[in-house]
Amino acid sequence: MTTGTIHNKDKFLRKIADQLGRKRRTEKVELPKWSKLPQYEVFDGLSKDELLDQFVLQCENIHTNVVVTTQAELKEMFPKIINDLGGKSIVHWKDPRFDEYGLREALENQKKSGVSVHEWNKDLGKRNIEKAEQANIGITFSDVTLAESGTCVLHSDNGKGRSVSLLPEKYLAIIPKSTLVPRMTQATDKIHEIAQKNGRMPSCINFISGPSNSADIELRLVVGVHGPVKATYIVIDDK
Amino acid sequence: MGVKIGEGKFFERVDKGINDKFMRKAVKEAQTRLEGRKTQTTEEMGNWEDWRDLSEEIRQHTLENLDYYLDQFVENVAKQGGHVFFAEDAAEANEYITSVVKKKEAKNIIKSKSMVTEEISMNEALEELGCNVVESDLGEWILQLDDHDPPSHIVVPALHKNKEQIRDTFRDKRKYDKSSDPNELAQFAREQLRKDFLSAEVGITGCNFAVAESGTVSLVTNEGNARMATTLPKTQITVMGMERIVPTWKELDILVSMLCRSAVGQKLTSYITGLTATKEEGDVDGPEEFHVVIVDNGRSKILGTQFQSALQCIRCAACINVCPVYRHVGGHSYGSIYPGPIGAVLTPLLEGYDDHKELPYASTLCAACTDACPVKIPLHELLVEHRRVIVEQSGKSSFGEKLAMKGYAYAASNPSVYKIGSSSAPSFIGHVAKGEDGHGKGPGPVKLWTDIRDLPEPTGDTFRKWYVNREKGGGKS
Repeated sequence: MTTGTIHNKDKFLRKIADQLGRKRRTEKVELPKWSKLPQYEVFDGLSKDELLDQFVLQCENIHTNVVVTTQAELKEMFPKIINDLGGKSIVHWKDPRFDEYGLREALENQKKSGVSVHEWNKDLGKRNIEKAEQANIGITFSDVTLAESGTCVLHSDNGKGRSVSLLPEKYLAIIPKSTLVPRMTQATDKIHEIAQKNGRMPSCINFISGPSNSADIELRLVVGVHGPVKATYIVIDDK
Repeated sequence: MGVKIGEGKFFERVDKGINDKFMRKAVKEAQTRLEGRKTQTTEEMGNWEDWRDLSEEIRQHTLENLDYYLDQFVENVAKQGGHVFFAEDAAEANEYITSVVKKKEAKNIIKSKSMVTEEISMNEALEELGCNVVESDLGEWILQLDDHDPPSHIVVPALHKNKEQIRDTFRDKRKYDKSSDPNELAQFAREQLRKDFLSAEVGITGCNFAVAESGTVSLVTNEGNARMATTLPKTQITVMGMERIVPTWKELDILVSMLCRSAVGQKLTSYITGLTATKEEGDVDGPEEFHVVIVDNGRSKILGTQFQSALQCIRCAACINVCPVYRHVGGHSYGSIYPGPIGAVLTPLLEGYDDHKELPYASTLCAACTDACPVKIPLHELLVEHRRVIVEQSGKSSFGEKLAMKGYAYAASNPSVYKIGSSSAPSFIGHVAKGEDGHGKGPGPVKLWTDIRDLPEPTGDTFRKWYVNREKGGGKS
């Protein structure tokens, strides 16, 4: 990877230091010990099942349907959900978890029944975006799931295009119950670890809580603006 | 657009606001609903004050070490292939942004909501190049279509418009032929803007918080337009005020949580997006080229002063949503893209007192803003501080006020003058109460009162005269 350019840094930062009445701070600055850490109190000590209850409650607030199922029942549930969402066309991540949770076969069955199914394929370049733009349903897994806010956290990579959860009219997230954590804090703690290791960050990390919406007209809530107009979550009781 | 918006003097703008019945009703309802939602989501936390204390500490620590964290942030951006430009002012920022756009030979630019790009008049600079710049946030798009009507709220920019006005704008500008139902209006925006997203060569965004430790830019949104603008175009330019930064993802968690709750009463908005430089090798979507423009534009001169805490602001508008003055005069009265209490504090700091000397007085000092602020900016104290500076140092108080203050100080220390002064009041007030036209519309400072009701005519006696008379046994009542 080529390194980017930086313009005017020294002059700009020197001015800041001057205004603050001291020399430029170049030695490592340690974070202070914060006087309070209320974020760790949220849902502290709750079991996965209790977190799931909170998650399902919150999803009602964010206009999102939740289906809780077991891995054994998933094969039966999946076609029903796709049908409810209007079938037609699907675009989904290239993600080993589709095999792991037995969804590969379910997707093949969809294909056989006439639904167009496109798996994100980096070798096809822009064609993926066209497929996503035309698709009725976009399917991804959730990497981390937040009980408090009803949120799926998605890390991008080659097989995990940003468009899949954005361009189709409907969004379907597959959520292994084991990914549930109390709130954003636990997700950002993990991302903090990635950053500390000094490796390349995923270029895009999305925290998705339900369908797109807006209240820009007379503060009246409209569900479905530029992103998906409908969101559905399938929680798989995997552990 | 610049920080300054609208024409006319402060009181003329206020007059217009006060007489705009729809706007006042809309603002009142909006305040009630936004404040209601915020209270609900903060109360259920149980320990809101702990969250505020933590947030304040984070913002103060970051500002105290701003040079360090900006340095760390930009080195991380560059290390991962992004480009950074530090801009002293609007001109420098626009010069860089237009140079990138020129190099890309881009014509179509899609924007997501950004106050700082308004502040530096970026759209105008790009339009001069011949670019088609499209605002994609629903509220901003409405304003752009309506001949660039200025925003009246920093979170809900088209708050002052009703759905019928919006329907008419869509009809006149885009041949819209459906109803004023917000769902239909939003659906129309979705259809119209899709092709703009797909055809744009450059996407331009603001930045809610940059994360120093990873070189990440975060965006807090609901509509999905910012995701579009950073997923589809080949080039991304992010413009950020220099103070929008946090040390690590751990602090991002806290401030994003506070922003979502304080702005719209959501636990998290539909999309919190963390973007780090360009897409990775082998990624299909996301930008191939990534630029961050860090803007000073008057911010650095606030550092190290008694107003430094104003830079703690996370642009949630909670202070605006509780302000009784904003409730009545609306956003446009402030004459600034930053209205309400934070606008009254920030605007004179960024732009000087000359055009904005009334703003620190556009407050009842009730301190509702200070109580509402999630990062504990002492807003009403900063307004008092502005007043002190205006009166004591800059000599920018109005001539009448200076004369009145001086006159009062002299008269109050000279009893005989004070007596004459107050006994001259009845005839003077009598003139005012009848108004310049003799029909009860008073001039200058009492106009706001006499617009609504008549001033009582004085009875012809001063209290002193009445008292002396009464002592002599001649007093009535």
